[in-house]
Amino acid sequence: MVKKTGDISIVLCGEAGHGIQTVEQIITGLLKRSGFHIFATKEYMSRVRGGSNSTQIRVSSVRVSSLLNRIDILIPLSSTALEHVKKRISKETVILADKTIISVQDSKNVPNLIDIPFSDTASEIGGSIYMNSISTGLIAGLFKVGADDLDRYMEQFFSPGDTTTVDKNRNAAQKGYDIAQNLVHSGKINIDIQRDADVRGEIMINGAEAVGIGAIAGGCNFISSYPMSPSTAVLTFLSRNARDFNIIAEQAEDEISAINMALGAWYAGARAMVTTSGGGFALMEEAVGLTGMIESPMVIHIAQRPGPATGLPTRTEQGDLQLALYSGHGEFPRIILAPGKLEDAVDLTHQAFNLADRYQVPVFILTDQYFMDSYYNVPTLNLSKTGIINYIEKTDRDYKRYRLTSNGISPRGIPGYGEGLVLVDSDEHDEEGHITEDLDMRVAMVDKRLSKLKEMTAKAIPPEFVGNNDYKVLIIGWGSTFHVIREAVGNLGRDDVALLHFKQVYPVHPDTVKYLKKAERTIVIEGNATCQFGRLLNLTTGVDIRDRILKYSGIQFTVEELVNSMKTILDREG
Amino acid sequence: MGTELFDMGDIDIAWCPGCGNFGILKALKEALVETDIHPEQLVIVSGIGQAAKIPHYLKTNVFNGLHGRALPPATAIKAANPFLTVIAESGDGDMYGEGGNHFIHAIRRNPDITNIIHNNMVYGLTKGQASPTSQAGFVTPVQVDGSHSDPFNPIAVAIALDASFVARAFAGDHEQLKEIIKKALSHRGYAMVDILQPCVTFNKVNTYKWFQDHTYYLEDSHDPFDRVEAFRRAIEKDRLPLGIFYMHPDKPTFDETLPVYRRDAAPLFRRELDKEKLIGLVDAKRFR
Repeated sequence: MVKKTGDISIVLCGEAGHGIQTVEQIITGLLKRSGFHIFATKEYMSRVRGGSNSTQIRVSSVRVSSLLNRIDILIPLSSTALEHVKKRISKETVILADKTIISVQDSKNVPNLIDIPFSDTASEIGGSIYMNSISTGLIAGLFKVGADDLDRYMEQFFSPGDTTTVDKNRNAAQKGYDIAQNLVHSGKINIDIQRDADVRGEIMINGAEAVGIGAIAGGCNFISSYPMSPSTAVLTFLSRNARDFNIIAEQAEDEISAINMALGAWYAGARAMVTTSGGGFALMEEAVGLTGMIESPMVIHIAQRPGPATGLPTRTEQGDLQLALYSGHGEFPRIILAPGKLEDAVDLTHQAFNLADRYQVPVFILTDQYFMDSYYNVPTLNLSKTGIINYIEKTDRDYKRYRLTSNGISPRGIPGYGEGLVLVDSDEHDEEGHITEDLDMRVAMVDKRLSKLKEMTAKAIPPEFVGNNDYKVLIIGWGSTFHVIREAVGNLGRDDVALLHFKQVYPVHPDTVKYLKKAERTIVIEGNATCQFGRLLNLTTGVDIRDRILKYSGIQFTVEELVNSMKTILDREG
Repeated sequence: MGTELFDMGDIDIAWCPGCGNFGILKALKEALVETDIHPEQLVIVSGIGQAAKIPHYLKTNVFNGLHGRALPPATAIKAANPFLTVIAESGDGDMYGEGGNHFIHAIRRNPDITNIIHNNMVYGLTKGQASPTSQAGFVTPVQVDGSHSDPFNPIAVAIALDASFVARAFAGDHEQLKEIIKKALSHRGYAMVDILQPCVTFNKVNTYKWFQDHTYYLEDSHDPFDRVEAFRRAIEKDRLPLGIFYMHPDKPTFDETLPVYRRDAAPLFRRELDKEKLIGLVDAKRFR
């Protein structure tokens, strides 16, 4: 008998088109509604059918929010699935597999294999496409979800489809549920996890939804973008909500058009954003410079994926920090934010609109595929903390768009609101906005634009510190790695190790130097090959960071591998 | 009628003496006055090049953006505030070369804007290279053996895309130019005016005289609602027809198709976020 308690990692693996994502959606919703804490994330190939994709679902009695290497329960739904995840299979992994699907060789090499008739059961119902609903029922049964709850959820999820489809999926789930009950009653497998009634009413979102909700909270009413994995889900989310929230959502002919439209929208008084990934952003760079020159607000979401060029379209990486930091020719200020928690993504995207409008600069939100595709339950989202701060001013007859001011910020007027005229120009310009080659004016305008950096730095969002104040080792992270590093640092079990996580990576908060100087040792953890943030910290603080843990395979760090890497470094010169 | 409303007074204009741009500027200002458009309600969006400097030479709101990129911001400005009159204006290199993709898709979107193209068949500001509309064989410092590409035909392309208003004018005929611009400004939907314009410094082939000899006006009997006939006229080569080739006035405009304006005409900047709805959206994620 296999007994599993506390925090269980389930992995489903199969071909694209098998409906693994459907299982993920149903199971995460259903188990959360049953009172379990849930985390789910996926890795997938850049194809519509075939290949091997996998989803990890963590089901727990306490909050969970990061990727594990460990697999407690594996459901392989294709012949290549076991091979795909074999490095993660241990003696403790229970494999629920159909021996007629997985290869005979594979089935001999794994210790805890329980044969499940996925294929035959699906055929009886109407075809292999029902294997996903059988899996759904199977998992629901193992976690002792009520049969009625499962059936109601299935019906709700597949409606409004044609009744045959709905019924067949309900039937498939029921069959899977029955299989699970047999396993439980015969004592083959027993899962025992404490439920928490409070979880039932918690919010379950993924990174893309968090960015989208934050955008709406920040007053976003215009999005123009060109589809590109893994950023498209934000465009989809805002398009779906466009009617309810008065948003103009337009799919542009290319990324160049997308960002130039967004600039036009800000100019005319809208609050606009673009969402893209590295390759698409590369096309937008020219207009990032325009943003800097015309001092327009702009919000740019980049969901990073491994490059260069097409790279690995559906994988994750933190490789575009430098691209965002140095994008656009010429010199002008910018802000770069990088959420680590879903709650941060809501809050930072919200704030991005206010910051962009306040300083009239491009504000970047850097996420990645891992962050976009990860879900977990959160108790609440703070939607009203800052509100929408609108800096548009009514113009008078003497209005000058680029009036020289002490802090570099000129009051922002828009056309058609007031008696003045609003002129913006990509050429160097005078205070009015007219093209100029007065070189003294050029110097004054460069100084004006750059002087905004002073307030932007002073008011930067501080890094999040986790640990004891008398730490000796400081772990540095930024963006999507927050939860993985936090859990790994917790698992290290050392009270002299603390985490400093940056959600604003440029300009960094002035306290950063203080944190770094206090540490005897500092380790930077980043999802790229060249330690982009570590080097930026070195550049801005002068503190040299020798130890780095870098990953650029296209997969997020797992908690276990971070624990091992940190131990190796700490043992080296401990 | 005087154009004082739009006049800038004594300013330094960067165009060469005798440039066709002066005629276009004068006709544009008069057309605006005669169409009763006010500077505060007008935005001229331009790209880069000598033609793209035009918004600096009349009093109005200006978005002088990037080379080739006038149409996307123009489309968005009109969408964000439909009460504004929006003109996107640049040269042939800007609109048909660097911005060719935007030109195609702006026509498909059909924003209610006027698109004015100063077409002098040469790159002026970069000193005389071939433009997309240069004639085959046009010799330049780069195309030393003459341009080997066929010229881009913006009129035919626009008609092929079922553009809502397609016209060609000549900078040397002030009255007709002004009348065509007025019709374009009054048109609901995307209105394109390709203006043949001599470049006195860098184009020694397509001169005022050449244009006079190689153009003629479409007859009064020309039916601008007949797309096939419009296309036939658009591909004439020896003498280029002038006037309004084609109109498809009842096409829905971009902002008319946007759900945000179905119940409320207010521009985006006058609207508030419905916070209750946002809370509802988040609450829906509690019981997914």
